[in-house]
Amino acid sequence: MTETQSAPVREAPERAVAAIELSGVEKSYVSHGETVAAVRGVDLRIAEGEFFSLLGPSGCGKTTTMRMIAGFEDPTAGAVYLHGSDVTGVPANKRDVNMVFQSYALFPHMNVFENVAFGLRRKGVPKDEIRSRVGAMLGVVDLAGREKRRPAELSGGQQQRVALARALVNRPRALLLDEPLGALDLKLRQLMQVELKRIQREVGITFVYVTHDQSEALTMSDRIAVMNDGVIEQLGTPREIYERPATRFVAGFIGTSNLLGGEVAGAGERAVLAGGPDERIEVPLRDGAAVAVGERLELTVRPEKIGIGLDRPDEGLCRVRGTVTEVVYLGTSTNYNVTTAAGADVVVFLQNATSADDIAVRGDDVWLSWDPRHSYAIHPDA
Amino acid sequence: MAAKSGRLAPYLMILPSGLWLLAFFAIPLVLMVSLSLQTGNLVDGFQQTFHWRNYVDGLDTYGDKFVRSLWYGLLATGACIALAYPAAYWIAFHGGRHKSTYLFLLLLPYFVSFVLRTVSWKLVLTDNGPILGPLRDHGIVPDDFHILDTATAVVSGLTYNFLPFMVLPIYVALERVDHRVVEAAYDLYASRLHAFTKVILPLSLPGVFAGVIMTFVPISADYVNAEVLGGPQNTMIGNVIQSEYFGNSAYPVASALSFTLMAILLIGIFVYARTLGTKDVLEAAGR
Ligand SMILES: Nc1ncnc2c1ncn2[C@@H]1O[C@H](COP(=O)(O)OP(=O)(O)OP(=O)(O)O)[C@@H](O)[C@H]1O
Ligand SMILES: [Mg+2]
Repeated sequence: MTETQSAPVREAPERAVAAIELSGVEKSYVSHGETVAAVRGVDLRIAEGEFFSLLGPSGCGKTTTMRMIAGFEDPTAGAVYLHGSDVTGVPANKRDVNMVFQSYALFPHMNVFENVAFGLRRKGVPKDEIRSRVGAMLGVVDLAGREKRRPAELSGGQQQRVALARALVNRPRALLLDEPLGALDLKLRQLMQVELKRIQREVGITFVYVTHDQSEALTMSDRIAVMNDGVIEQLGTPREIYERPATRFVAGFIGTSNLLGGEVAGAGERAVLAGGPDERIEVPLRDGAAVAVGERLELTVRPEKIGIGLDRPDEGLCRVRGTVTEVVYLGTSTNYNVTTAAGADVVVFLQNATSADDIAVRGDDVWLSWDPRHSYAIHPDA
Repeated sequence: MAAKSGRLAPYLMILPSGLWLLAFFAIPLVLMVSLSLQTGNLVDGFQQTFHWRNYVDGLDTYGDKFVRSLWYGLLATGACIALAYPAAYWIAFHGGRHKSTYLFLLLLPYFVSFVLRTVSWKLVLTDNGPILGPLRDHGIVPDDFHILDTATAVVSGLTYNFLPFMVLPIYVALERVDHRVVEAAYDLYASRLHAFTKVILPLSLPGVFAGVIMTFVPISADYVNAEVLGGPQNTMIGNVIQSEYFGNSAYPVASALSFTLMAILLIGIFVYARTLGTKDVLEAAGR
């Protein structure tokens, strides 16, 4: 779809060794005699030390993908590599990755110290070393002095940090986190996001982070794989994913996006779409994408990239006409909902930097304008 | 008005069971304590003489029966754990969609009356019965080999009869163990053995604990199994109490023996609960 998406990798050994690599991984379950495809062909390579997010709506296969990396589920097809070696079929207790469960899954009958020491004890680490490593790790997650507490005697955020410490203390080569902040309230969530990012920088371990919260993924990740219905729709940096969604699904799922469509009237480096009188809609054709005159093409523009005004915009900008249907004042910005002459609903975010007054009111006929470089073509089949 | 009835509600709710307990537990208990200190006989009547010797004599005369009852109780309770735990474990973790069916099948024999079940064991285990008969005929066991009228028969019968009271609490405890917690153990390098000994077992211990109380107490006080399966050499304290009461009509002696047994069991359970029923034990088990 775009060059940011990694091509299917099956010749693993020749490339630089990835921390985690999934190659053609599929997983289907049989439930009540029916086969359910949870993951339908996932290829990805996660680099050492990367903060990598799997983002997608509920039921898209994020947890299933993560459980195959952890070793709780065997793929129906494909292979899982950890640091270059094929671990497909290797059980979880033999894999050098640790998982932070969505529900934390702390051992309720053990205190904080015993919870964190569990993995080290199983690995037969000497007692003194266990004591010092657990102590140091509890310091990192800011829980020093709480060693004797039971999980039930901790707040949600503290339990979350115990779960994190319990995994990190083993110095795994990768940490898998399945919606680790899902149970926390917004305030604590944002605090823990910063905290997680700091801890990841501090320990330098590869993090694979599952979330259905797009703002969480955008703020924390080095790269994001957007999943839908068992496949990766797009893989790239937060900026790439946000600025240039590759598919209609990604455009709709990440942030607010405006979709405008039309018939191609002229094609070259840019496609020119047919519009109303004096309107101008152009979109750059990137990566050698080609369209033919007469085809239908859609493009996306982010709401904050669109200008709104009563006067005809400057030459060189794309422009369409519309009618304001709603104005929502939000303090630092104002949102305008506009229905274009062609019938598309467009959202515009305008910073209230210079003017205290609204530029337009409900019912006004306005011009919308944007730089064509801020718009991205989406192919009809994507 | 509403607030007042709201405050009264809890008392009103325990009123029926409270009255029930008072009428059929507390009052008889007091009467029995009083009876246990009386002297006399059925013909001349019983008088309150605060005759403490009923207790001392009872312990003196039947000390060995007390010891045997507690010993059989321990053996049968241990056997119950050994049989119930694996069964409950299998149903809870591998029972899949048919868990309740398996549980029902396990409990099915217990829909038959307690006495009837025990008597049918007698029929099965008797010297010329369906098991020993053929074995003897073919010379596989010697002619003087018995099962009936042995301690083994009594303990087996007790184990069988009280098994459900061990299976159910263990099953409930295992069923409540969060599968993700077990997965977390595997994720943290635990072997199957360690996942069991460090996580599943400690988390199910409260069930075992409850099961022990629910089986050990009635087993130690049982008399039907010893009566039907044990013969004269294996009588338990329950048999003594029964024969003193219904056979000899020695009501004070029977009452004194009953209270002695009750005291022993209460003290035993109390010590057991204080030493094993604490969180520290669970924690030690998980280390
Ligand atoms: N053990 C299972 N048996 C049958 N179907 C399953 C099983 N586990 C998952 N599925 C199905 O696979 C699909 C993907 O599930 P998965 O748990 O990976 O979703 P998810 O992306 O993690 O969703 P959420 O955000 O809600 O956690 C779902 O349709 C789910 O119903
Ligand atoms: Mg999930």
